[in-house]
Amino acid sequence: MDIRPILSTLRRHKFTACLLILEIALTCAIICNAIFLIGQRLDRMNISSGIAEHELVYIQLAYIGERPDAMARTAADLAALREIAGVRAVTMTNQIPFGGSSSNMGVRTDLAQQKDTINASQYLGENVPSTLGIQLEVGRDFRPEEYRDLTDVYAALGKGDMNALPKPALISRAVADQLWPGQDPLGKQMYVGGGIPLTVIGVMAQLIRPNQFGDGAQYSVINPIRLSMSQGAGYVIRCAPQDREQVLKLALAKLKTLDPNRIVLGKGTLDQLRRDYFQNDRAMAGILVGVCLALLIVTALGIVGLASFWVAQRNRSIGVRRALGATRGNILHYFQTENFLLTTIGIAIGMVLAYGINLFLIVHYELPRMPGFYFPVGAALLWVIGQCAVLGPALRAAAVPPVVATRSV
Amino acid sequence: MLAYYLDLAVHSLKRHRMLTALMVLAIALGIGASMTTLTVLHVLSGDPLPGRSGSIYYPQIDPQDMKDYTPSVEPPAQLTWTDGMYLLHSKRATRQALMTGGMVPLQPAQSSFDPFHASALYTTADFFPMFAVPFEYGSGWGAAEDDSKARVVVITSQLNDKLFGGRNSVGQIVRLQEKDFRIVGVLGDWHPNPHFYEWYMGSYASDEDVYVPLTTSRDLLMEHDGSVDCWGNTGGDPSRLETINCMWLQFWVQLDSPASVSAYKDFLLHYSQDQHASGRFVRPPNVRLRNMMQWLDYIKVVPSDAVLQTWLALGFLAVCLINTVGLMLAKFMRRAGELGVRRALGASQRALFGQLLMESGVIGVAGGLGGLLLALFGLWLVRQQPADYAKLAHMDTTMLLATFALAVSASLLAGLLPAWRACRVAPALQLKAN
Repeated sequence: MDIRPILSTLRRHKFTACLLILEIALTCAIICNAIFLIGQRLDRMNISSGIAEHELVYIQLAYIGERPDAMARTAADLAALREIAGVRAVTMTNQIPFGGSSSNMGVRTDLAQQKDTINASQYLGENVPSTLGIQLEVGRDFRPEEYRDLTDVYAALGKGDMNALPKPALISRAVADQLWPGQDPLGKQMYVGGGIPLTVIGVMAQLIRPNQFGDGAQYSVINPIRLSMSQGAGYVIRCAPQDREQVLKLALAKLKTLDPNRIVLGKGTLDQLRRDYFQNDRAMAGILVGVCLALLIVTALGIVGLASFWVAQRNRSIGVRRALGATRGNILHYFQTENFLLTTIGIAIGMVLAYGINLFLIVHYELPRMPGFYFPVGAALLWVIGQCAVLGPALRAAAVPPVVATRSV
Repeated sequence: MLAYYLDLAVHSLKRHRMLTALMVLAIALGIGASMTTLTVLHVLSGDPLPGRSGSIYYPQIDPQDMKDYTPSVEPPAQLTWTDGMYLLHSKRATRQALMTGGMVPLQPAQSSFDPFHASALYTTADFFPMFAVPFEYGSGWGAAEDDSKARVVVITSQLNDKLFGGRNSVGQIVRLQEKDFRIVGVLGDWHPNPHFYEWYMGSYASDEDVYVPLTTSRDLLMEHDGSVDCWGNTGGDPSRLETINCMWLQFWVQLDSPASVSAYKDFLLHYSQDQHASGRFVRPPNVRLRNMMQWLDYIKVVPSDAVLQTWLALGFLAVCLINTVGLMLAKFMRRAGELGVRRALGASQRALFGQLLMESGVIGVAGGLGGLLLALFGLWLVRQQPADYAKLAHMDTTMLLATFALAVSASLLAGLLPAWRACRVAPALQLKAN
């Protein structure tokens, strides 16, 4: 179809056409970035943890008073929890994935290093890998004789006695790849704190840190250090997914009978914990979807409104064209092509704007660069919306009978 | 005159009901979204201590070792026990208080309540007068109680309502971590937002239940919650936080004049230099002294999502306005014939302009009203959100007026261009065309 007549008509409505183009450009730019942001949030929410999330429950407790024999009491708790029907493994750990608190440390491979290579999260506790369901890629789990009590570790640190500290450590694949890319990490030395040496005895396929994903979501290390209930974050229990409710109830009852003098601070499944952890991201993604829809609707209604005006305004010229032999299809295509032209110009400007907004977000919100494929997604959306919106008025235009040409307004 | 214009406007708007509804809806949606997010932002970036925040400062020094050191590094956000106690006892400011947060098991004397974990602030005597904390009953404690690690506690009015039915409970006993504590004060209605003095417990809507002297909390080894930043081989043993290289305390001072501010900054610098000379500080002296609002800005207390949402809403408003300008322009241009007739009959350009502007003004007022309703609905939606600041999202008078001003000025602005273009029609041309 020849677009020259369309262009010459638009030239007579320069200002209105420009406004429509501007609206489409802005919508396109905002939508490209909003879809990108939604993608970012969804990626974050779908992050894989490397643990058997659907098989885990946790109970967080606090003693009301002091418990000098906390270590022995914790051992008794753990033994009692293991006896509950359906329980496969139990641990007292210092931090729970997607929980509020975390212990983090700088890790380096050379004592002389000025700056740490990475910041990793530090998991402590007995039988953490088997309880959380972590997959060991290479190496082995800790041996029973390798575990130390946290109280003894603190005492050794206080005296500066490095030899009393447990040396073996499990690291995640992400840590291994970062510290020794392309090398076998087993048996390698790394240093934490002011130079405490750790020896890698195994590599875990994956283990997410509890929070602070910005520092490297999969940078985790496990040390063989036993905790008492007052030192740890909570009991983590592994059982079959369908047994979770029952096990949680029995475990709470059992812990209450063992020592009633404590307060339950938190309890639930890891699934719930994960849901709660990402609730802000879910809400933000929802808001972004809402804004996208509202933008598309407003833009579509704007196109409908303007196109309707143009159709009404050109009623007579449409009649003349029809009388001179233009088919209904010609008229329909005329308005569709006109819309396509305007939308395309709008999209082209919108792409530049989208890029600009992305740069702004990179600077102010530490977001990554928007991948190229978001641009065509935004463009396609607007083309579709534009064509859908113009269809109604265009059909009305096509229905104008040739006889209109002979009538005066 | 105005009444006549209004009449004309309403008449014209009624002739195109759908279009009028569309324009009003577009403005209402844009205004509603913008005002919702702006109100949230307004609430979040508010001054927690109006009138006082200008004289409250947050000193920072840098006691860490050379690891990860760069010359431009900001000093850490918290103090060690050693430095905090030194600054506290030097009393170089009008008032000063050292603090950190925690949780403490609370056993009510009444058996009807189960023991629960109360959220606590461990602080020093000046906290209450420095922040002008209102008391319903009693008062805070004094320096003597700090020094003697006294078992005294200040509770909030909510806790007082819960435990004592709102009666004067000063002198009563509550049991914290199985020890008797005497209540010396019950706070009045005090909920500073942001929760500026202790931000690790949550920046918004996170009041404590009890306030305990810091020294007492360490004496009884009450649970500390919050960030503990250590360097060297310390391990962060919670029972030895006083002596190991860990930063975990927050320190605020009150400085009433510019002279005292610069004097305090010098004091911090001299202290750092002395510690550096004695070998305790390894890094070169690096101090900061921000006032409260600067500090809140520095720690980026306003959630970035809230700011992002505001940008998003403003972008949406822009699209809605452009949409309205386009529709209004099309509408006014279509009435060129009518306008031409009126011009020919003697109406001045000014009169036409006024009439058209009145029409867009009516749309603006209607859109503003709609936007206000949508903003109230939007704020209700925000309050259902999971974020910790959600329940603070309420509209105040300032934002109410701002909403309306924004709506009317936005639609007048949107009507300005179309009206100007439309009233410049050449009457003869239009009449001839007809």
